[in-house]
Amino acid sequence: MTSTPAAHDPNKMAVLRRTQAVFSVLLVLFVSPLPCHNVPAYQKPVMVQQTGKVLPKPQMLTVSAEAYTLAMSGFKFTYGSSSQMCDIVDQAFRRYYDLIFVVDGVKKAPVVSKDMSELTELQIMVKEPCTGVYPSLESSENYTLTVAAPMGTLVADSAWGVLRGLETFSQLVYRTDDGMIIINKTTVDDFPRFAHRGILLDTSRHFIPIKYIKQNLDAMAYNKFNVFHWHIVDDPSFPYQSVAFPDLSAKGAFNPYTHLYTQEDVKDVIEYSRLRGIRVVPEFDTPGHTASWGAGLPGFLTPCYDGSAPNGKYYAANPMLNTTYDYMTKLLQEIKDVFPDKYVHLGGDEVSFNCWKSNPDITKFMEKMGFGTDYSKLEEYYIKNILDITTSVGRDYIVWQEVLDNGVQVAKDTVVEVWKSNPSVPTEMARVTGQGLRAILSSCWYLNYIAYGEDWGKYYKCDPQDFSGTQAQKDLVIGGEACMWGEYVDGTNLIARLWPRASAVAERLWSNKDVTSMADATVRMDEQRCRMVRRGLNAEPLHPGFCQFEYD
Amino acid sequence: MAPNLRRKRQWTKLCFSLVAAVLCCYAGVFTLRRSGYIARAGLDEPIQSASLRFSRNTGGTGRYLVREAGQVWPKPQHQVSTVEVFVLNRDTFNFNYAPGSQRCEILDLAFERYTEIIFSIDEATTSRKCDADSTCLTVLEVSVKEPCKGASLHLESKEKYGLVVTREGVKLKADSVWGALRGLETFSQLIYRGEHGLYTLNRTDITDFPRFPHRGVLLDTSRHFVPVKYILQNLDAMAFNKFNVFHWHIVDDPSFPYESVAFPELSKKGAFHPDTHVYTQKDVRTILEYARLRGIRVVPEFDTPGHTLSWGHAKPDLLKTCYTMSGKYRGALNPVHEATYQFMGKLLQEVKDVFPDQLVHLGGDEVNFACWKNDAEITQFMEKQGYDYYAKLQTYYIQRIIKIVESLGKESAVWEDVAAKGQEGSVPKDTVIQVWRPRNWAQKMAQVTRHGLRTILSGCWYLDLISYGEDWPSYYRCDPHAFNGTKAQKDLVLGGEACLWGEFVDWTNLLPRLWPRASAIAERLWSSEDTTDMEDAAVRLGEHRCRMVRRGIPAQPLHPSACPFLPV
Repeated sequence: MTSTPAAHDPNKMAVLRRTQAVFSVLLVLFVSPLPCHNVPAYQKPVMVQQTGKVLPKPQMLTVSAEAYTLAMSGFKFTYGSSSQMCDIVDQAFRRYYDLIFVVDGVKKAPVVSKDMSELTELQIMVKEPCTGVYPSLESSENYTLTVAAPMGTLVADSAWGVLRGLETFSQLVYRTDDGMIIINKTTVDDFPRFAHRGILLDTSRHFIPIKYIKQNLDAMAYNKFNVFHWHIVDDPSFPYQSVAFPDLSAKGAFNPYTHLYTQEDVKDVIEYSRLRGIRVVPEFDTPGHTASWGAGLPGFLTPCYDGSAPNGKYYAANPMLNTTYDYMTKLLQEIKDVFPDKYVHLGGDEVSFNCWKSNPDITKFMEKMGFGTDYSKLEEYYIKNILDITTSVGRDYIVWQEVLDNGVQVAKDTVVEVWKSNPSVPTEMARVTGQGLRAILSSCWYLNYIAYGEDWGKYYKCDPQDFSGTQAQKDLVIGGEACMWGEYVDGTNLIARLWPRASAVAERLWSNKDVTSMADATVRMDEQRCRMVRRGLNAEPLHPGFCQFEYD
Repeated sequence: MAPNLRRKRQWTKLCFSLVAAVLCCYAGVFTLRRSGYIARAGLDEPIQSASLRFSRNTGGTGRYLVREAGQVWPKPQHQVSTVEVFVLNRDTFNFNYAPGSQRCEILDLAFERYTEIIFSIDEATTSRKCDADSTCLTVLEVSVKEPCKGASLHLESKEKYGLVVTREGVKLKADSVWGALRGLETFSQLIYRGEHGLYTLNRTDITDFPRFPHRGVLLDTSRHFVPVKYILQNLDAMAFNKFNVFHWHIVDDPSFPYESVAFPELSKKGAFHPDTHVYTQKDVRTILEYARLRGIRVVPEFDTPGHTLSWGHAKPDLLKTCYTMSGKYRGALNPVHEATYQFMGKLLQEVKDVFPDQLVHLGGDEVNFACWKNDAEITQFMEKQGYDYYAKLQTYYIQRIIKIVESLGKESAVWEDVAAKGQEGSVPKDTVIQVWRPRNWAQKMAQVTRHGLRTILSGCWYLDLISYGEDWPSYYRCDPHAFNGTKAQKDLVLGGEACLWGEFVDWTNLLPRLWPRASAIAERLWSSEDTTDMEDAAVRLGEHRCRMVRRGIPAQPLHPSACPFLPV
């Protein structure tokens, strides 16, 4: 009741109010981390409306107030007269037509306004032949989009640029409350900041049905990601059905009949990706993370010893046997035949030396090779062999940072994926690029780590070029990857956990370096989340509120 | 590949998987024979910590496979199972009433439901016949003593049941239909795919009853709208876990989705969208009936005087206008206006008519006194009443609301804030206090029960607070009786609730976020106090998670694993 006397004195009252205001602010600051069922600093949630904001933000975008309507019967995508034509673009026409006109799972004819001009056509011009092509690290994704009635144009060197442009076009379109489909007069000149924009899925710790892998590829396309890093096998299971070594999945999958990817499944995923301009980079991680290989490939893993006797346990590829390298040659040959991408991810992370140390044959081999007791030399020996094999079968490689940390000599076109935060990300990025090697970053984008609240800001703020180095070093950073490791993720929660959090990473990797305003990004993130929901993905909410079109 | 072909291929796959499953389950049964328990699918070392990118692993793939063994979640109070096994077949198995048993729609429908649940375990096994010499069970006979037509579960309802599986058949006995429902759930969980892929269960004798009568799940439909479909799915999941209270935090600051008969403008102006983001009276009835048929009470919460911003869109005068240096804002319901109480009287009358449960949750939490402190009208009222601090005004308000509820013949539940220190005596003895603050919840439970008030615990069960990794053990270890107090005080603990506040949850992620984490709480609230063996719980929870997935609930994984059926 201390404030009551003051209440009668206007001056004191004002002071009190001020004090209390300060106190309330402090209270809010103090209380807010306590996630009670209240939001202390309450703000009215606003409906997330479709307004045609594009995520990731284009490099150059001019939107004018002039707006056009689109009619379902009247609108079409066409090829320009001198354009290349191909299945990639044909199918994209159909896909994007549906994305624009389908609401809540049904094609809904929009209301057409007589007072507005109508956009009746988007004419596409592809310069390079695109029939049967696959995207690559070097692919051009540039495009120029001009929206003006009655006919807009989309010009790109490659089909991939067209895909990105169509995505942008579909995002510029919005539906008003009274059922009109609107697009503003717009020009876009766009290209990605980084060439490698990836999502890692782990299908070993939990099996992920093809259906969800495809849903995820859709989500990637909506966010202009272009690399599906398929961490296909690991310790827990080996779901890849190999042609050369069918026993690997027969004995190493969770269930050899239900929890595996057949050759047909893999082809399906690769084709689905190709049509969306997404590269599939498979990872066959060795020499560690290979427990599931043991049953199907006897002799591949190193027997561990207790004293002078094997203890029945096995760990990591056996680096001293020629058969190990024969196996890997055969497997990598197969990978080359199955996966069209020029790159294969060879893993190489987290190798523990305990088992190797326990094995007397390895000890002898170490002596013979003159490695002394330096087991990282043995690891280097293994990795060097695998890298050489990969080169010999005609593939380039990506490796986790440990390979480099351990001092292995790698080829100049190696791509190093940085995932550790220790000692620090900038130090590691500088070190990798300092050796003239290309780098991709994922340390700050481990989306399997979850926490209470809205956490995309920290992903958004992480910049792969944020380290001390020369321009040449910066240029060696080719991108990054959002990683969704599979310990706690499977078909039940994958999509909701990954999206829209990965959208923050998408914008960081595509948009201009100076696109850093959190306030602007928030608006785009909101709309993008609701857009993904409208398109049928279970993208989780960012904060209290609702979408204009949200559920069926 | 054409869909038909693909289907065929899956059938072929299934035939193969049958063999694998048989071996798998056979091994499982052997383990059961030896020790009475099945080792947790080889997960013999703790799941990796968050500091490592990968889980450490030295074993084979088998350790990740979840095995079916017919273990029950939550664990029954008394269960004896033997190695003797029986089988069931869809064509020959029936649920029946025992002679003299009461009959009603609740059980009729439960028979249909559990037939589906049990016999859709896997397509491959349905075609299998019980052959003459196998020990085929053909009937589960239910005996219910109390009349059950049109009944609704309430706080005093008996949920006790006895279930006996012998060569002669399955006998399920219960005083009330609610006991029978719990028994049917248990029965459905005892069944697993055994030898030759047959629906198998062991000879079993169970006497079971809940430790606590109030076992709830709170959903918040104000911060995000949750479509009816997902609320119903969640009621299914609750029944699978023997939860019996759906605490429906139906309105709050962000939106007012309840379509009121008396005040339709509340949702018209206060819902996110008046056409699509509302619960119509028909929706509410659908939810109430769906819950009733599953033995679940629906306790609606109309939280006042705070948490009412969305009410103000239609009824601005209800809310106190507050002033700061930067302007004004709307605060809690105005406690000094008679109109407030008239309005609440009318609304609560409707709540009484619409929601049959005896309990109404009145909220009463987190009232912002800063607003009242600056207000002349409030100050004047305080002086008139001789109140020397604001909690007294809050008490004044809530007392009057509780009186309204009393006059309607209902009981009130409130958040712990109402029974603030020194104010415990201000609420009637039949008020239920819900303890929610994570800090010192045990002290609060002791304090409230010392004053003879009944209580339910949520302090350690805020499932909206997420973190990386396997987090159910902390929920499992939290015991509502773990405070210093007499036996009489402990007896005032009615149970607890898992709360899933809606800031970051809507229909896109609600079910995987809630399940199977809430299952840990289900067992704490149902099973005996000494059910604390984490290893044993981990095995059963692993099976139970897969069971929920198979039944169509997208329950998220607990750790690297694979369920024993086609991945969904």
